[in-house]
Amino acid sequence: MSEKVETAPAASPAKASEHRAKIQSFVRTVGMAPILILLGIIFQTLSDRFISVQNLSIVAQQASVNMVLAAGMTFVILTGGIDLSVGSILAAAAMVALIMSNVPDLAFLAIPLGIGAGLFFGVLNGAMIAFLRLPPFIVTLGALTAVRGVARLLGADKTVFNAKLPFAVIGNGSIFGVPWLVVIAFAVILVSWFILRRTVLGVHIYAVGGNADAARLSGIKVPLVLLFVYGISGAFSGLGAIMQAARLYAANGLQLGQSYELDAIAAVILGGTSFVGGIGSIWGTLVGALIIAVLSNGLVLIGISDIWQFIIKGLVIIGAVALDRYRLSSSAR
Amino acid sequence: MTETAERTPILEMREIRKTFIGVKALAGVDLNAWEGEIHALMGENGAGKSTLMKILAGAYRADPGGEIRIDGHPVVIDGPLAAKRLGVAVIYQELSLSPNLTVAENIYLGREPTASGMIDRAAMEKGAAPVLERLGADFTPRTLVGDLSIAERQLVEIARAVHAHARILVMDEPTTALSSRETDRLFDLIRQLRGEGLAIIYISHRMNEIYELADRVSVLRDGAYVGTLTRAELSADRLVKMMVGRDISGFYTKGVGNPHRYGPVALDVRDFSDGRRVKKASLTVRHGEVVALAGLVGSGRTELARLIFGAERRLSGTMTLEGRPVEIHSPGAAIATGLAYLTEDRKAQGLFLDMSVHDNVNLAVFGRDSSMGGVLDLARAGERVKAAIAALKIRVAGPGVEVGTLSGGNQQKVLLSRLLETQPEVLLLDEPTRGVDIGAKSEIYRLIDELAARGVAVLVISSELPEVVGIADRVVVMRDGIVAGELDGSEAHPITQETIMELATGAKTHAAA
Repeated sequence: MSEKVETAPAASPAKASEHRAKIQSFVRTVGMAPILILLGIIFQTLSDRFISVQNLSIVAQQASVNMVLAAGMTFVILTGGIDLSVGSILAAAAMVALIMSNVPDLAFLAIPLGIGAGLFFGVLNGAMIAFLRLPPFIVTLGALTAVRGVARLLGADKTVFNAKLPFAVIGNGSIFGVPWLVVIAFAVILVSWFILRRTVLGVHIYAVGGNADAARLSGIKVPLVLLFVYGISGAFSGLGAIMQAARLYAANGLQLGQSYELDAIAAVILGGTSFVGGIGSIWGTLVGALIIAVLSNGLVLIGISDIWQFIIKGLVIIGAVALDRYRLSSSAR
Repeated sequence: MTETAERTPILEMREIRKTFIGVKALAGVDLNAWEGEIHALMGENGAGKSTLMKILAGAYRADPGGEIRIDGHPVVIDGPLAAKRLGVAVIYQELSLSPNLTVAENIYLGREPTASGMIDRAAMEKGAAPVLERLGADFTPRTLVGDLSIAERQLVEIARAVHAHARILVMDEPTTALSSRETDRLFDLIRQLRGEGLAIIYISHRMNEIYELADRVSVLRDGAYVGTLTRAELSADRLVKMMVGRDISGFYTKGVGNPHRYGPVALDVRDFSDGRRVKKASLTVRHGEVVALAGLVGSGRTELARLIFGAERRLSGTMTLEGRPVEIHSPGAAIATGLAYLTEDRKAQGLFLDMSVHDNVNLAVFGRDSSMGGVLDLARAGERVKAAIAALKIRVAGPGVEVGTLSGGNQQKVLLSRLLETQPEVLLLDEPTRGVDIGAKSEIYRLIDELAARGVAVLVISSELPEVVGIADRVVVMRDGIVAGELDGSEAHPITQETIMELATGAKTHAAA
């Protein structure tokens, strides 16, 4: 129950609590959007180059890969888990895609095999977590290291190039003026929203995160749900790999995707998704990913040094989440 | 315990009001307690007992206008620390101990003694030992709380309160998770504390506990103070009337208006065992029959129900449903074959407290209703939840409200609705009225009766003997993992509290035909 002393004249108790529930869910959905707008205004005042079609398009492109990874991460964190291996999986999947693209006649398999490689590693994570009941943090921490090794192994620890990359258009082309990267990222967000909010599977994901014991007793096949969320996180990492490789015309097992998992987790948490699972939304994640991209872009625009960018980014993440906690708890009262 | 004019009550609460954003939780409640008194506080869930006690404990602040006096002096309780300083200790249903710490560490939590800057474990153990001894504990201060039973943990909480020189001890339904022997021991202890001059405010739904313990009983209803009865004035009828504001006649509704007609055997369980708590248990339930599974806490009742439902792995045994042998290895499979199981622990294992009433009610049938391989049918779900709210009289502002904000009785109704949506032929209900107020209780009894009249086979696990006697057509009694006997209500095997206890405790062993 709430505990703030408030003597607002309310019609009936029922109305009041329904009203409160609505406000709460609205606050949760909007989440960090005010912070995003605030950051935009700050950067515009400080540099006046921030709000332009060209720059915003750059921001969206920079955000796009992280948006895709963070969408997968949202599924995982909603079940109360974590996936630390997305950056490494991205590297390995990019290597697979690049190597395939260099194989004459079979280059068309680059995209499906890249995404497939991501899916494979994700399902592997999921199987260990769901069936061997190992803790997600441990399993994906192991995968973070091991899959990074696989990525280096794939290219014999060298950078693989393809100047005539068949899917380069994904990274550099656009449709009706909107970069393909951005289109793909938003499509991923929409698909994620649909799964989470309009399918049985989505309800089951929230249920498993909210109360795994109750989920099992309600007949939900908890292991399959876990397998799915880690699988989709892996597959989205594979898709992120295609997007990243398409921009670079190259892939490197050692450097690609380093610490991407941290930006993805930060985006999800900034988006208001609960770390213990069961509460959160994909729209929050979208806003979270945009905040991170705006920060990176804005700090460069106003000429802040690389070192200070790190410090400011970290502080903004902590500060924004602290503010959000404060706001949520006061609106809940 | 006799009130004399010169004596000042140790606690006086006057005109206590509390409003939560327009919702009146307390509308001017009075309560006073004397030294050496056990003062029972009764009322349906949502009547305001917990809110009142949270104000006393400093968890909530009352609206301005009221007054709290301790020893006749007005006091301000603006936080848990202030309450503690004033000698108020509250023992909640959910115990607040750290299982990873020892008994002594828990007793001293927050005020650890130090010796030259380091924690002084020896002093803690030395200080805790006499208190434990006084309370008759048979564990040492060094025991890990995680190794203790619920009853023993409660004792640690009481020891913590006594050790902190609490003078007003609030206990919120302390017997919910206790066996009857543990309850007896707790009652002795409570009387001992009364003898030592503590004022004890005792919250309970159970009438027999009130009879046994209370010197006075105060009743709240819908946030308002209804009245206080002294021991001499106590009667069940009067109390119930005060609590619900109406006469509940026919509280138990076995076969009222619609006598149960038994059909063929729906569930037949043979020789189930899990190798631990259930050794060799068999039972049958017919269509249209309410069978109670009775027995002491720990006799294997819940474990047997969970085996039947496929929630645990069983070692041996066979089962037939509707005369056909079935193999059930998961709750999902059980639900698909027409079983439903209501868990005894609705918060930890039943409900999704952060999710809406809508989602909680529909959770088990979202899949059945879905189209195109899993797209939700939100229109259908909306109809289902609306119908469920109406059918079970769930008191909720709307289907979008989170279940965690509802009272115990309404939460239980939400959980029951989820089970009923799957249209089960066999219902396993584990403590269906635990932590539920009297009004909701009688509604749940009526529901069970209606389901049986419609031909559903119902197996009810219950620790409350009056409930078992009141609702069961037949009673299966378990003891130490086996079925100790059955009572079919015939003259040879009548269903009474005594006959059940005889079987449950092993005073007598027999079985009806």
